Amino acid sequence: MVEHGINATNAVVTMDAALPGIIWGWMITLNMWAKSIGTGVVLISAFLLYRHKKESMPSIRWIMPLISFVALNVFLLFTLVDLHQPLRMVNIFFHPHWTSAITVGAWMASLFTGLITLLLAIGLLDAYPDCARHNEIAKTVRANSELYEKFYPFVVFLAIPVTLYTAVIMAESSARELWQAPTELMQMLLAAFMAGSAALVMVSDKWSQEVRKDLALVLAMAVFFSFVMYMGEYFFSFKSAEAEVTLEYVHSGGEYNVQFWMAMVLGFIAPFFLAVSTMKSDNKTILRFAAILALIGLYLAKDVWLKIPQMLPLS
Amino acid sequence: MKLGFLVDLNLCMGCKGCEVACKVENEVPLSSWRLRVKYIDIGTFPDSSRNFTPLRCNHCENAPCERICPVSALHYLENGIVNVDSARCIGCAGCMMACPYGAIYMDPETNTADKCTYCAHRIESGMMPACVVACPVEANIFGDIEDDSSYISRYIMEHQGGVQVRKPEKHTNPKHFYVGGGNQTLNPLAHQRIEGYGLFNNITHLKHVGDPHHGILDRFLAPFAAHKAVDNKSFMDFEQKKADSHDKSHENEGGH
Repeated sequence: MVEHGINATNAVVTMDAALPGIIWGWMITLNMWAKSIGTGVVLISAFLLYRHKKESMPSIRWIMPLISFVALNVFLLFTLVDLHQPLRMVNIFFHPHWTSAITVGAWMASLFTGLITLLLAIGLLDAYPDCARHNEIAKTVRANSELYEKFYPFVVFLAIPVTLYTAVIMAESSARELWQAPTELMQMLLAAFMAGSAALVMVSDKWSQEVRKDLALVLAMAVFFSFVMYMGEYFFSFKSAEAEVTLEYVHSGGEYNVQFWMAMVLGFIAPFFLAVSTMKSDNKTILRFAAILALIGLYLAKDVWLKIPQMLPLS
Repeated sequence: MKLGFLVDLNLCMGCKGCEVACKVENEVPLSSWRLRVKYIDIGTFPDSSRNFTPLRCNHCENAPCERICPVSALHYLENGIVNVDSARCIGCAGCMMACPYGAIYMDPETNTADKCTYCAHRIESGMMPACVVACPVEANIFGDIEDDSSYISRYIMEHQGGVQVRKPEKHTNPKHFYVGGGNQTLNPLAHQRIEGYGLFNNITHLKHVGDPHHGILDRFLAPFAAHKAVDNKSFMDFEQKKADSHDKSHENEGGH
């Protein structure tokens, strides 16, 4: 069939300059993954505190900001390291351009990290009253420990835009049609629920069974909805030519096909069934295993989704 | 004043004079380009044709690169040019992710984003862009598209219906037009890139973004520690490279 031959209907590039490869690589994946944990634990802990008494989660006051603090610092470190001129990061604060989601996100994430640091300091010093007893700064922090409860609702509120702004950056990346704002916004939020609940599962050993049941429920719901969205995007992105071509490459057994399906099975399908199974049995080991799988799968899925649209020639 | 560019693809003969002139004028490093001429073959031999498409920044009126730049390193000039301030760029590569035309590169010497500026420095001095001057067949037409009497405006009027822009569906309002182009030459999805199907080489993708010679730590130390200069001259220093590879081949292994 002559119309199917390359030479009959299509054109072939016979000379061109080399095109850039993957521009945003594993560091940006790690950045998004760590941020999901950093904001997710705040959102999920707010949900748990609304549903349960503090006594059923004895360490949450300091362990939540501790996990968030570590994750946010990983996120900020790799944001910085990925820059080709890292020392000029200050330009974002001295020469901000407010139409850019990168700028807005950097300001919000910095404020968020500052507030989490404050919560961590108060939480830890209250939990360990003998620690730095004679230190003036520690004394001041302890004297103002009511700030924790005052700032906490604001931190929870701020966690939402900090979670979502990366989706806006992806939406502003007009060259990558696979990243559509509505789906990316929901995927970011679901990733935060997944990563937040998974991270809290890891430290929930001494928490009440009811709390763990809620964590299992959130984890199962988040992986389920995220999986459904990935399937929808993966198989039915018909409305944009560039997104379709990008996915066609993966569908046809391209480089990231195996990684994508590994992510779906490890990070979404398996944790869903494992988490649901623990809701009645309260098997801590299985729930922890589900949490680890979800965290690994989330990284792999984010990595594929970040990289594949960058393989498309733009000109 | 709103400066625009028009390329008549019927006239272009793929001599790459514009590409070379741009490289020289703007000292564009090897492995990077501000303007490139792509060769596309269409048809079945012997009824085949070779088409040439010069590609550069479109200087969009609604530029996604300007919108995503967190520090306004990419900014509009009053004459409509989308300019780059390399001294302010933080190298986040957001602009490279946003430009639908793939016209921005990470300069391997400065580790900052760079692209065609329509030779803004020459325009300021009342000169034409280097590629326009170099074109032997006047396929590159440059001028004020808000002035009805300018050559480019008249050319657009004379070729009404045949004037195209790349990816109009992106709503970027490019100020770079083509006459004589078709879907197969202007739409990157309409032609295939077959591995090893090049005239001179089969390198389809770069293996690095920005400076390939210095690692992450060097980016932090760069202002404090001087690195060995890596510029076009050092790339071209074949004799020295040959000597180095003989004498110190074992030292070259192991990356940075």
